Amino acid sequence: MTDLPKERPTKRLGLVIDLDTCVGCQACVVSCKQWNTGGYGAPLSDQDPYGAHPSGSWLNRVHSYEVDDGECGRTVHFPKSCLHCENAACVTVCPTGASYKRAEDGIVLVDEDKCIGCGLCAWACPYGARELDEAAGVMKKCTLCIDRIYNENLPEQEREPVCVRSCPARARHFGDLADPESDVSKLVVEREGVDLMPSMGYAPTNKYLPPRRNHTQAPKTLETADEAGGFLGWIDRALGG
Amino acid sequence: MHPAYSIIVFTVLSGTGYGMVATVALADLANFLPRHAAGATAFVVGLGLIGIGLASSTLHLGHPERAWRALSQWRSSWLSREGVLALVTFVPLVIYGYGLIVQGEDNLPIALLVIAGAGATTYCTAMIYASLAPIPNWSNRLVPPGFLLLGIAGGAVCTLGVVSIFGPAPVSLALFALITCICAWLVKWRYWQSIDASALPANAAEATGLAAFGQIRSLAWPHTEENYLLREMGYRVARKHTAKLRLVALTTGGVVPIGLILMATLAPWSVVGAFVLIVAAIAVVAGVLIERWLFFAEAKHTVSLYYGV
Repeated sequence: MTDLPKERPTKRLGLVIDLDTCVGCQACVVSCKQWNTGGYGAPLSDQDPYGAHPSGSWLNRVHSYEVDDGECGRTVHFPKSCLHCENAACVTVCPTGASYKRAEDGIVLVDEDKCIGCGLCAWACPYGARELDEAAGVMKKCTLCIDRIYNENLPEQEREPVCVRSCPARARHFGDLADPESDVSKLVVEREGVDLMPSMGYAPTNKYLPPRRNHTQAPKTLETADEAGGFLGWIDRALGG
Repeated sequence: MHPAYSIIVFTVLSGTGYGMVATVALADLANFLPRHAAGATAFVVGLGLIGIGLASSTLHLGHPERAWRALSQWRSSWLSREGVLALVTFVPLVIYGYGLIVQGEDNLPIALLVIAGAGATTYCTAMIYASLAPIPNWSNRLVPPGFLLLGIAGGAVCTLGVVSIFGPAPVSLALFALITCICAWLVKWRYWQSIDASALPANAAEATGLAAFGQIRSLAWPHTEENYLLREMGYRVARKHTAKLRLVALTTGGVVPIGLILMATLAPWSVVGAFVLIVAAIAVVAGVLIERWLFFAEAKHTVSLYYGV
């Protein structure tokens, strides 16, 4: 049923993305593509992959931005995937009931057996989190690796989304954002994590940690040895420095 | 937004078809429907347009064989509501049509249901677009009135054209077509002014959470090739092209039909009059097709903020 859950889910699983430490390596992008192609379910297809105009469906993409100018200017790498919103319009616009939000943990999913591929959910998502898989004819999106997080066939350390697992910069975190004592919730408070496009009222679950703004000091210069006293200074003078 | 031809054809043909059946039913209620074959033929043409339009709407689906599932979520989805109402409206359409064609008599209560059903279904179609907050050109207050008025105007002009084949059309019908045409294109023109003055509901800073930084420039896209998001939502049309096309739509869909109707009514030659009114009908449909293409092509989606376009 494409009504949203009547009560706010007591568990709100989601991701916290650290824009300060993401280096844009695309490991999360590739591991997501691999898990959702080689793992369960129908593969994420590519069209003309070896030809002149390849294109394909990916559930997680990393943008790169240049922000500010001068001393404060820097590059910010920006991973974007489904934010598992609380007011997910992609769920309510779906005419077949394929798009739904789980009441137990808030994860938004697509039932690929019901989806007719009309694309209305993609239009309804302001973040561009949903794509049509041209080969399968259905809409696909981040599943929060629901086939991993509860999967008792995997060792406990692997029971988290692959994108979180594969990030070498520890820029991705997974947990329950409804629990104020969880690591992710504490991280959001400590780093002042934000919602994307909050004024649109979608109430996304995923949070983004803005880059820290303490990079304005010039690096300290190294001390020169001739000002040093003691043994080091004597050596320096003895060597004719 | 990518203008999918199957959807443009669907909304225009169905909208015009619903407008035609509503015009026939209204004219019947107000007693200016020409008897007998004229009104019946117009009704059947309208029904045909609705059918072709609805069939065309399944062409853009990834799984059209599952389209029946789209009837299940009417509690939350406007697309589902449109599907349900389209099917439900077929009942009064068939009953009324049977009465008109076979028995040669009208059925006024059913005529009311025809008008209500046609209006409600077209309203649901408009609300599919109007309910989408990420696309401000669509979630504009003038979208539902625009769809409804262009539907009834197109339907009225087409009804006039069909009816005139059987003999001189009643002046009231011509007047109805003129008034609905004028109202429809006035609303459309006001809509175009409104969207020119509007912007996306968010900016790049809000989209990325990087408001603390001054400028945000897209340095690299996540992909070097095209993808679904850019194809569907990154469609771009230059302002100079849209300005020209708006004029063409307004002229073909509004000015030309109005002029031709006035011509045929004020100097009512019978055969030439019919020819003129049929040209008016073709012109109005062509104009609305261009308007609908623009409705898609001019629309921007908030996802474009991430691509810096």
